[in-house]
Amino acid sequence: MSRASKLAGPVRLGLAPSRVTRWIILGVVAVVFAVPLLSLLEFSLRDGFTGSYTLSHWTGLFDPENARPYRQLFQAIGNSFVLAAVTVGIVLVLLLPTMLLVHMSFPKLRRVLEFICIIPITVPAIVLVVGLAPVYSVVVKIFGSGTWTLALAYGILVLPYAYRAIQSNLDGVPVVTLSEAARSLGAGWPTVVWRVLLPNLRRGVLAAAFITVAVVLGEFTLASLLNRRNLQTAILQISSSDPWISAILALIALAFAFVLLLIIGRLGAVGNRNQS
Amino acid sequence: MITKRALVGVAAAAALAVGLSACAAPDAPASDVDAATATSAEDFGGLDALIAAAEAEGELNVIALPDNWANYGEIKALFEETYDIVINDADPDISSAEEIAAADNLRGQDTAPDVFDLGTAVTLDSLDYFAPYQVANWDEIPEANKEATGLWVNDYTGSMSIGYNSNEVPKPTSLDDLLGDDYRGAVALNGDPTQAGAAFAAVGLATVQNGGTLDDFQPGVDYFQKLNDAGNFIPVNATPATIASGETKVVFDWSYNNLAAAATVDGWEVTTLPGAVYTSFYNQAINKDAPNPAAARLWMEFLYSPAAQNLFIVGGAYPVTIQALQDAGTVDQDALDTLGALEGDLVTPTSDQAEAAAALLAAKWAAAIS
Amino acid sequence: MTVADTAALVADAAGDTPRRHPVAEPSPRRRRGGLAKYFGLTPFALYVLLFLAIPTVLAVSTGFFTEDGAFTFDNILGIFEPTVLATFGSSFWVSAVTAVIGAVVGALVCYAMLGTKSSGALRTIVDSATSVLAQFGGIMLAFAFIAAIGSQGLITTWLADNAGVDIYENGVWLYQVPGLLPVYVYFQVPLMIITFLPALEGLKSQWAEANATLGGTRWTYWTRIAGPVLAPSFIGSLLLLFANAFSSYATAAALISQGSQIVPLQIRSALISETVLGRENMAGALALGMIVVMVVVMWGYSVLAARTSRWQR
Repeated sequence: MSRASKLAGPVRLGLAPSRVTRWIILGVVAVVFAVPLLSLLEFSLRDGFTGSYTLSHWTGLFDPENARPYRQLFQAIGNSFVLAAVTVGIVLVLLLPTMLLVHMSFPKLRRVLEFICIIPITVPAIVLVVGLAPVYSVVVKIFGSGTWTLALAYGILVLPYAYRAIQSNLDGVPVVTLSEAARSLGAGWPTVVWRVLLPNLRRGVLAAAFITVAVVLGEFTLASLLNRRNLQTAILQISSSDPWISAILALIALAFAFVLLLIIGRLGAVGNRNQS
Repeated sequence: MITKRALVGVAAAAALAVGLSACAAPDAPASDVDAATATSAEDFGGLDALIAAAEAEGELNVIALPDNWANYGEIKALFEETYDIVINDADPDISSAEEIAAADNLRGQDTAPDVFDLGTAVTLDSLDYFAPYQVANWDEIPEANKEATGLWVNDYTGSMSIGYNSNEVPKPTSLDDLLGDDYRGAVALNGDPTQAGAAFAAVGLATVQNGGTLDDFQPGVDYFQKLNDAGNFIPVNATPATIASGETKVVFDWSYNNLAAAATVDGWEVTTLPGAVYTSFYNQAINKDAPNPAAARLWMEFLYSPAAQNLFIVGGAYPVTIQALQDAGTVDQDALDTLGALEGDLVTPTSDQAEAAAALLAAKWAAAIS
Repeated sequence: MTVADTAALVADAAGDTPRRHPVAEPSPRRRRGGLAKYFGLTPFALYVLLFLAIPTVLAVSTGFFTEDGAFTFDNILGIFEPTVLATFGSSFWVSAVTAVIGAVVGALVCYAMLGTKSSGALRTIVDSATSVLAQFGGIMLAFAFIAAIGSQGLITTWLADNAGVDIYENGVWLYQVPGLLPVYVYFQVPLMIITFLPALEGLKSQWAEANATLGGTRWTYWTRIAGPVLAPSFIGSLLLLFANAFSSYATAAALISQGSQIVPLQIRSALISETVLGRENMAGALALGMIVVMVVVMWGYSVLAARTSRWQR
């Protein structure tokens, strides 16, 4: 089946937009969203007030004079990786099973869970840290003051996004039906979850993982107020003396997160193809 | 210098005596000295013992010290080079009030700040957080610039200055110049006067330049209202980035901040208006619950030593011991010549005046510039 | 289970008819494992208690005490001052407008993504880009917009030079509340795409075919089949966007430096002021106010969702 005829059916039915519509919408949105990033790039290439352009700010990144803060930067990147991994772990191990459980067995608790998962976003981090500080003074006594303990707070921060991403998927999957069918065919609960439910929830779970990684890499306020070092606080340190470097580092951090997620996404996609 | 050398010599001799007598003591550092209650280098047994204790701790947590604020970048680098201590730099962008909040939030953890650099209002409000300490050259600091037991000490000051983009706007010679057409949409402050010390000082400067006194900041508020009505005031926070992008063409800020911007951005110039000059010292203090108490005290000693105090001059700030430095001839004369002397009719608000002004601004500012 | 139920289950497994997902009482078979199920909830409940409930209560309860630790209602009453109520109104307005715009534009992009392979390159790129942009905020986003549409920004000067249009004729609105709108939409749209796209994937092609077979048009498909099915997710995402904008602090703080026109900025002035001290506990009261607003909005949402989810049965 050719590409064109493959799409003709869904387009006619209203299930999918025509290619023209699709590319117009995506194109316009992409251009609009690129404008602030391009402005940042243009600013980083400017040569002060002279009106001409220079690459000296970019090459200045490798200037050994700036080496002192860079020591902290590499450590901070490592911290951010660990934080991202632990936070995704919390989402997958704590949130996802709870959502499944509530969806299947406690339908009346669904609104409660929804409310719990939206509270973190209503209290600004700058206020939340006032309440987190005493909790963390206890956490530090038990787990030490390694930066990874921040992931416990990050798990709460990503609850709203991860919940909504998984729930959007969950609403469309007949979970109870599938699990009943699998159980009646003799499957135990682990098999039901791992081989029947999760593959159907792959999109939502992957979306939740993506937004979790992005949140952790972009999170600044909690890390800064609890005096931990992560990617964003390290960037601020370096850029506290040079405005162009801050623009450059912001762009690099965005590109870095983007590439990381691309890699994760392609790996997940490959896994998906193998499954089906 | 002679005084200090003699002091160090005496301290070294004392340290030797103490060290010999403490030979039998266990090897653990600071075992016979509780660094957290030491009020001077003598309590440690001399400067060298202090250095040893600090290096044993190995780390110093500082907070709210941006690299481009009064040349703290070079000062921190020199400290790390001189001593075997790593500086953990946290939160460069936060305010003095947030420094105290951080001390509260992190009390008992090893990421809590060791030392503070605070504005006057917050300092006077937070005396419970500080541990008293008198640096070796305590006597070189004027009486008016320190708390009697050493709870807080002034460290540096600047004058409230006007930075401007010399490529786009002419040099302002008086506040009235800024009301003219050349400065349409150009003037910005470093923060909100009801929140930030630098912006508060800008209103103070406007007050005294317009013939008022620091008892009543109303003339300053009126001036900015006129500036806003003329369309010359933009309510954006002036940062090195907005200066470099040309968004804020005229900025009221501390001289050391504007000078740092001038060093970074070609074409940015700094001027201080003739007549009344507004100054305000910042304050150093040691956290009572510092996780690295010896390192904190070594930092104080270092900061008031000529090496660091001269680096403040390089950064455009006037250190508190400048008179002593000039008398002893240890001042960095080139840097001082570049900076220029702090002259003119110097004014600084008392804490009562500052409180009254803060109340006035809280009531009147938002309406004035809306 | 009755015969009718089984038959219906089989029919649903084949994907023929859109039917409700059983949300009825637990059958006797399930009730036997009931107690074990409650244990299944405890890890999450414990985690939420420790890291969300306790900190929130602690943070909010500071609103009930003065600086010296005495119990007081003054901070709470301070919320009802006209200026503070006005800031709640501004916050509500900004959040609602950006949520709606973000939801509509995001839904459009999700629609444009329909029909693409879910494991294809385009999808991965969009997923990654939206995840990254949804979290791009704070000082750098504010500065990016200053560089783009500030009074000396790239777009501003281009428009002024080439089209003769001065977008700041009536004052520089970027540094006031209206200026928050484009900046907030910038991270609202990606967030909408992330949270809503999985829902669109749940639209079965059989429904569209059934619609066509029964003589419906694309219009009837969207308004009478797909629309109602998607409505709960759409409104849920809208709510998330609203909450996201309502509590967004760092971006607003970087853009609006003078005055506190929205609630997070009020919190800022209470917590970080160097010159007006002693108002930190006001922040707790304001946070309580924000939670109350969210509770009310959530209640409205659950009423709405209960009605629309009828279509899912």
